Amino acid sequence: MYQFSGKLKMLAIILMAVGLLGTVISFMNTPGSLEEAKEILAAQEASHHGGHGASHGGDTHHADAGHKTEEEHSTEHKEESKDTHTATEHKEETHSTETVKDSVHHETEVKKDSIVDTVNHSDSTHVAHAEGTHETPDHTEDTRLTDSLNGHVTEKAHANPTHGEGAHTDAGHHGDHHAEHAFHQMQNRPWSAVYVSLLFFLGITLLVFAFYAAQRVAQAGWSVALFRVMEAITANIHYVSVAMLLFIILTVMHYNHLFPWMAEGTFELGHENYDPIVDGKKWFMNVPGWVMRSIFYLLVWNGFRFIIRKKSIEQDNGDLKLHKNLYNLSVGFVVLFMITESMMSWDWIMGIDPHWFSTLFGWYVLATFLVSALTVICLVTLYLRAKGHLPMVNDSHIHDLAKFMFGFSVFWTYLWFAQFMLIWYADMPEETVYYALRFKEYIVPFIGMLALNFIFPILLLINSDFKTVPWILVIGGLFILVGHYVDLFVMIMPGTVGGQWGFGIGEISAFLFFLGLFIFATFTAFSKANPVAKGNPFLHESETHHYYIIEHRGEDNNAHH
Amino acid sequence: MSTNKVIHALYNDDDILMDAVKKVKGEHHHIEEVYTPFPVHGLDKALGLAPTRLAITAFLYGITGTSIAIWLTWYTMIADWPQDIGGKPSFTWYENMPAFVPILFELTVFFAAHLMVITFYMRSRIWPFKEAENPDPRTTDDHFLMEIPVHDNEEDLKALLETTGAVEIKVVDKH
Repeated sequence: MYQFSGKLKMLAIILMAVGLLGTVISFMNTPGSLEEAKEILAAQEASHHGGHGASHGGDTHHADAGHKTEEEHSTEHKEESKDTHTATEHKEETHSTETVKDSVHHETEVKKDSIVDTVNHSDSTHVAHAEGTHETPDHTEDTRLTDSLNGHVTEKAHANPTHGEGAHTDAGHHGDHHAEHAFHQMQNRPWSAVYVSLLFFLGITLLVFAFYAAQRVAQAGWSVALFRVMEAITANIHYVSVAMLLFIILTVMHYNHLFPWMAEGTFELGHENYDPIVDGKKWFMNVPGWVMRSIFYLLVWNGFRFIIRKKSIEQDNGDLKLHKNLYNLSVGFVVLFMITESMMSWDWIMGIDPHWFSTLFGWYVLATFLVSALTVICLVTLYLRAKGHLPMVNDSHIHDLAKFMFGFSVFWTYLWFAQFMLIWYADMPEETVYYALRFKEYIVPFIGMLALNFIFPILLLINSDFKTVPWILVIGGLFILVGHYVDLFVMIMPGTVGGQWGFGIGEISAFLFFLGLFIFATFTAFSKANPVAKGNPFLHESETHHYYIIEHRGEDNNAHH
Repeated sequence: MSTNKVIHALYNDDDILMDAVKKVKGEHHHIEEVYTPFPVHGLDKALGLAPTRLAITAFLYGITGTSIAIWLTWYTMIADWPQDIGGKPSFTWYENMPAFVPILFELTVFFAAHLMVITFYMRSRIWPFKEAENPDPRTTDDHFLMEIPVHDNEEDLKALLETTGAVEIKVVDKH
């Protein structure tokens, strides 16, 4: 039996304590009033002024405005040419502007005043735009995001095609609106920090369990030696589910505004927050439905995990009936998992941008968590093996895990690119806003994660011999984990905190807290059962698992010819 | 000279063959060649063959393919005639890069796969109308054959091979 070492337990508790403390501090540092938010904005403006001017192509219209208020967007009809950022047209447009198509210049495209603030913050900044004619076919507007890849994102990043009306006559209020808007984003930030880490660890734990169930369904021979490691990691799902449940309750009680469609009045015709687009999705996006579904997912995952783990330990007596029973349970879980995972990604992640939708999003989220889950299995296995607790695990098992890490890194990239390229290619405004915002405000993490999630793992793990070298796997694994944290970060943050994002105490603390929780849950569970699933009929196959091509370093090579 | 002589030892089981190979290697005899009807896992290790470098060539061919694809898309779409096709940005290569990725990917795979296969054919000396080099037709069906050159030690070798479970041992003059 494994003994949870006091040192490791202490580390876990310290991580949790530090994480909790930092989270509390980050909540206290959030501006409590609009005035404080304005001060912060003023400070930001002072320090970022130059930067914004540059990113707007040195356009003189921006010189006085400083930062991107709605005011600017509504009164300026600017366009950008390819790289010279030439002339702009400054017009006051009225409702009929879609008749004003391209002007003579092929590079110059007039934009209507459909330009609103970023994607979908329901926090009352859309007041003025909500009324009337949302059906305006404003697809005719300039949708070219050519500069987006260039790093120069045009104003279209702020174009919300769903609010196609120009009611921005009262420009005087926009300064306030902007401040209020930024204030809400600042208030969202500590919540988002917790939410990103919470989802990250919840997703990883869930996918470890799904992978484990898939191994049972596939009757895999190689992985039986790792079963208890995977089971131990899945213990974390009970802990993070409690945190998630708490989060769900606090969210529906309006303690945070991460989900814009939950704002008051979204579904009330005539209310200032009324949003006809979201109203059209009311059959799915409503608070009771959301809560019930969320709780259902958590119940399914926790229920299956609890039962399967219990029976798996029972199976140490070698009962073959239990083995079949576990097989059936795993089949049931895999089916339910695929459904709940897809819906979870709509409810918990895509719901943050309720105007945007993508068909393969569920798969994409799955890939993110799956590759992270395999990395975590690999790292925990390497740790436990190095400490001598997994005598059955040889280089071939590690090699297989590394192959999965490699393969699913490519799979993630495939899905990421498939989603991005289809939207970039067709460039339909209602879809493109999603990426425009990410290119505009999140360009470094957004592109950086491609290196972390694709290029580094590919180059490190393509070599067969490297797949068994612990330190290379640890480095590759850290790239992957950091990269997929960033991936989730870029999924959540733009919709909740927008331009007010950062990576500070709140983000780090939340991560540390859940990391501590993960360590605590995993190693506690690992110490509670035999490290070898000794009743499993495939155990011998796993013990003698041998991939003959690789170099087997520092292990007995005679297990098999 | 007697160096043209080889011994052909035939086996009818791959496990027996593996043990025989290990035993013959253990006695420090050189094994010229082993003929088997199917791949025997671990045989290359037992024979002490150097690992293949085919994967490395494939990686290099892949990089070549990527480079050619980059050059092709850049030259045709950006440098030579940068038209506005459906509003796609053809100002620089990277602005329109997502549209080129399918080509980059396919050409990488195409070059890696085909050039590696051709390399394999060349290194293995396989081509159409090549005369088969099969000492015994049974080795394509159900027998395994180990070929050992004889250097005035014919009787020793025969005695050794007898002990390894060979079903047939014959001395052959190689031409």
